[in-house]
Amino acid sequence: MTAIVASTPLGRGGLNPRTIGMIEALLIPVGALVASAVLFSVFLLFLGKSPVTFFGLIWTGGFGSAFSIQNTLQRSAPLILTGLAFAIPARIGLTLIGAEGALVLGGFSAAAVAIPLVSGGWTPVIGLPVMALSAMAVGAVWIGLAGWLRHYRGVNETISSLLLSYIAIAIMNFFVEGALRDPASANKPSTMPIGDAYRVGSMPGTSVHWGLAAGVLLSVLLYILMSRTTFGFAARMTGGNVRAAQAQGLPVGALVVSCCAIAGACAGLAGFFEVAAIHGQANASLVAGYGFTGILVAFLARQNPLAVIPVAILFGALQAAGGLVQRRMGMPDATVLVLQGMIFVVLLVSETFYGRIPFLQPKREGGR
Amino acid sequence: MSQSDIFIVLIAMIGGAIRVSTPFMFVALGECVTEKSGRINLGLEGNLVLGAMVAYAGSYTTGSPWIGVLMAGFSGLVLGAMHGYICKLPKVNDIAVGIAFMSFGTGLAFFFGKPYIQPTAPRLEAIPLGGWSSDPSIAQALQVNPLFFVGIVLALFLWWALANTRWGLIVRMTGDSAASARAMGVSVDLVRLLATAAGGFLAGVGGAFLSLFYPGSWNEGLSSGQGLMAVALVIFARWDPLRCVLAALLFGAAGAIGPALQSIGVSQGYYFFNAAPYILTLFIMIASARSKSAAREAPGELSIVK
Repeated sequence: MTAIVASTPLGRGGLNPRTIGMIEALLIPVGALVASAVLFSVFLLFLGKSPVTFFGLIWTGGFGSAFSIQNTLQRSAPLILTGLAFAIPARIGLTLIGAEGALVLGGFSAAAVAIPLVSGGWTPVIGLPVMALSAMAVGAVWIGLAGWLRHYRGVNETISSLLLSYIAIAIMNFFVEGALRDPASANKPSTMPIGDAYRVGSMPGTSVHWGLAAGVLLSVLLYILMSRTTFGFAARMTGGNVRAAQAQGLPVGALVVSCCAIAGACAGLAGFFEVAAIHGQANASLVAGYGFTGILVAFLARQNPLAVIPVAILFGALQAAGGLVQRRMGMPDATVLVLQGMIFVVLLVSETFYGRIPFLQPKREGGR
Repeated sequence: MSQSDIFIVLIAMIGGAIRVSTPFMFVALGECVTEKSGRINLGLEGNLVLGAMVAYAGSYTTGSPWIGVLMAGFSGLVLGAMHGYICKLPKVNDIAVGIAFMSFGTGLAFFFGKPYIQPTAPRLEAIPLGGWSSDPSIAQALQVNPLFFVGIVLALFLWWALANTRWGLIVRMTGDSAASARAMGVSVDLVRLLATAAGGFLAGVGGAFLSLFYPGSWNEGLSSGQGLMAVALVIFARWDPLRCVLAALLFGAAGAIGPALQSIGVSQGYYFFNAAPYILTLFIMIASARSKSAAREAPGELSIVK
């Protein structure tokens, strides 16, 4: 949140800077969403399509019925987790875009660990936590590596994390096409199915898997961690000014690596749920772009773990409605990608308005 | 592995290096110009993919692949100019804008590229430099695309121009110290806008190579991070256009290991070798980070090396 530097602690109408910051943090992203919807409507009009039909279909496909709401929530579960995977390192000042790789590798390791567990006849009560933990551990190591390279070797974390993503996908392909390939998966090389007993079921009364609950729970926990604990304070201080944090004797390296490891664990957990609740095995379907959409989710949520939840639901709806738009309007499935890209660009442009909205500016004293 | 197998693999790797390196070269040269001016554009991956789509569509509709190449360049120019314009706004982070343009460019390419996945567009003709040899594998490897030579000439030109022309001096000054550029009456934002747009143009041309020569068709899995690796490559090449060419060739050779081994029947670990360029990039970044000579040659205004 942008601090307002004011000659007086009170803004116009007696608003204090903190309130102004909160108004801005709500107003500007919402404004950016509206602006990108308008831009996208112009884009649609150029193509001779109706924006009204389009946004109507997004509403129907995302929230129109009990089925579509559940579909939306189902898709927002991994987005919450990958959103967190971007937001947490962002608080410490890192731009990590490797959640996709951590998700893929986490999902793959969950599926790989499941093979001996299933054949050994272990009960899912033990097996599923083992799978989840291994997915989180692998994800944590993967993103933690990018953080470690950043802090101890000075390697740019944005590029290294994306490279690690490609390496992660190659590692999965290597095993899925080779040693761990299920012979029955002819057209789409996959690992052995984990079997129905090992499937993570739905939450009672819904058809939404438990990943959503895990995501919401983690968002709350990480919100508390980042804003109510010493660790979070130290992390945010490091994000604000590394030198100052070092001068204060904070263990900056450990903070950086642990924030990255937390991020990786979130993305790895998303991979676990994708395997254990959706696909039932690891294959190329894991590379679905959740990691990249998560970056946008985190940006729109302004790196606030709690705000990640509604934003992830919004983008889950967009993805859930993608198929409907494709069928009804005859538009390619990349339509959602274009809209997301547009939102992303407009959102970053909107960053320039922080502290510059005229009616929110504090009154200057001294008649300048 | 017999001696002739090693020979075949080597020839395939040299040929592969020439083929695979061209898009790296164009993106890296473009990024080099942009970074010399003190700004980083991480979104060139988007330019590359959009360029590939536009080139293919252009070649298909006009029947001339070279018009496709130009159109690809202009699509990249537009994206680059947008990036350059947005980054000059206060409080906007150029790295984040790059990520956004990566997804925006890719999205646009997939959206408009759907109808062009099926049809076959006229491709760029190669120059058969291997005609002297009766060995088919040598002749195959030396099918060199004219864009490769364009890239080398361009690198030589940039190397000369950055060091010896007024424009080169202005770009370098803007990159090293915005304050002194302003003091000299240079518009920093304008220089960076133009440098980013020029970089975007080159990345678009690099994309044209992907769809019009090698692999030589348009589909959604065409680029796999070449645009991003090229950014890392520029750091490795220490902002020198000639070293960019060498680094691109090295990356091309790394990318050609898998297919080269496959050509002699070694398919074990094909997917592992696919990761070779990424692993190589990562190691190069580790080796070149915090190196004193890299720090000396880096443009002073560049956020990514700080």
